[in-house]
Amino acid sequence: MFANYIIELIKEEKRVDNRSLDEIREIKVETGIIERAEGSARVKFGDTEVIVGVKLDVGEPFPDTPDQGILITSAELSPVASPDFEPGISENAIELARVVDRCIRGGRAIDLDKLCIEEGEKVWMVFVDIQVVNHRGNLMDASALGAIAALMNTRLPKYEERVIRGEYKGKLPILHKPLLVTIGKIGDKLFVDPYIDEEKVAEAMISIGVREDDMVCAIQKQGSAPLTLNEIDRALDIAIRKSKELRKHLK
Amino acid sequence: MKKPEEPLIKNGKRLDGRKPDEIREIEMKVGVISSADGSAYVRFGKTIVVASVHGPRILHPRHLQDLEKAIVNCRYLMVPFSVEERTKPGPDRRSIEISKVMRLALEPVIFVENFPRSVIDIYVDVLQADGSTRVTSINAASLALADAGIPMRDLVVGLSGGKIDGTLVLDLNGKEDNYSEADVPIAFMPNKEKITLLQMDGELTKKEVKEIIKMVMKAGKIVYEKQKEALLKKYEEVI
Repeated sequence: MFANYIIELIKEEKRVDNRSLDEIREIKVETGIIERAEGSARVKFGDTEVIVGVKLDVGEPFPDTPDQGILITSAELSPVASPDFEPGISENAIELARVVDRCIRGGRAIDLDKLCIEEGEKVWMVFVDIQVVNHRGNLMDASALGAIAALMNTRLPKYEERVIRGEYKGKLPILHKPLLVTIGKIGDKLFVDPYIDEEKVAEAMISIGVREDDMVCAIQKQGSAPLTLNEIDRALDIAIRKSKELRKHLK
Repeated sequence: MKKPEEPLIKNGKRLDGRKPDEIREIEMKVGVISSADGSAYVRFGKTIVVASVHGPRILHPRHLQDLEKAIVNCRYLMVPFSVEERTKPGPDRRSIEISKVMRLALEPVIFVENFPRSVIDIYVDVLQADGSTRVTSINAASLALADAGIPMRDLVVGLSGGKIDGTLVLDLNGKEDNYSEADVPIAFMPNKEKITLLQMDGELTKKEVKEIIKMVMKAGKIVYEKQKEALLKKYEEVI
């Protein structure tokens, strides 16, 4: 069976697409690809392709943070991107959006304090929308890299009692560049950037958000096999090391 | 990040008087819902949850059945009056994600291969929320599964860790969770020392992440003892 073949390969430290356990697929990042959005990016991890668009609007702040901007992250797993996806919002789409959101928020990617227009009344709302175009594995890392690339590309529109679309007064204030690194586990082997077929047979996966100063800002264990503290320790080391490699693709 | 009006730790004590590594008062009961195959009531301080387990029972429609094993279905929900500002009834995005990670936290202990074509339904209602609701729910679900007589490899213990005012702490309450620098819900199999749920949100060094996991696995033994007590108590009364 194909699943067994992948498992046997991993046990021999080999992979179905000829990578080493520690090797991420070829990455491509393009920004400013959607003119209508205030910021955007297309990220490819091999064949996996994700487009992230950032739209800005002005709205009322949350009562407990009257002087801070608002971040809202959503993800769409369109049936266009995979035969496994069905129309409508799925559990996996919600998890993807929420983990990317935690990485951006926990890692303080955006300086939300600078997005207040009038305390308690008006703040900037930053909408990060993740659109999966082709699902060939590891949507977490591609989406987080896409989100940060798109946020760094985002221009702040002019605001004179209303948002003036198409005219800008500067860039979105960025503080940090947190990224997600997802690690798969089969037997005692850990591997980075799981390919779609590897995701389907992985016993467990763990996505770890890491900032440029090596601070950990998000963790999400996935899959049904448990992990030992030793495996988590190894995964943290891999994530810290690999996040630096991913960050080189941000300009 | 939101800033608290007053420090969350004063003279080494938290606002509710606890030491950093102290967990709240715990109450656990099993067999509390007679219409369920297994059930549990769990309270950690002011966080109160009830859980029911139905099954294993034949899964319908048939095309959803797995011929090799039982499907585990888990639903976590906060009831509208469980928080200060009423929440809309029904699942939101947060509860859908929590339901998923809870299912994955519990599934590895269940001998699902014993029950092909079946479903095991786990329902948890949060009646009152004061922080750490997902780990409290996992404790209740674990007890309800055991109470239903479902064969399990181990119980699952849930406990949260985190960082407030620069100090690593256990079992965050609602206010601490709100203003925490980091929040780390964990579930694990106490006898096998294997972690079945790990999430984190906030800012921590690698060393702090490991330290919190160790603190949780140590203090989790107290939670595990309470679970065993609750299960034994039910049968004491029968005998």
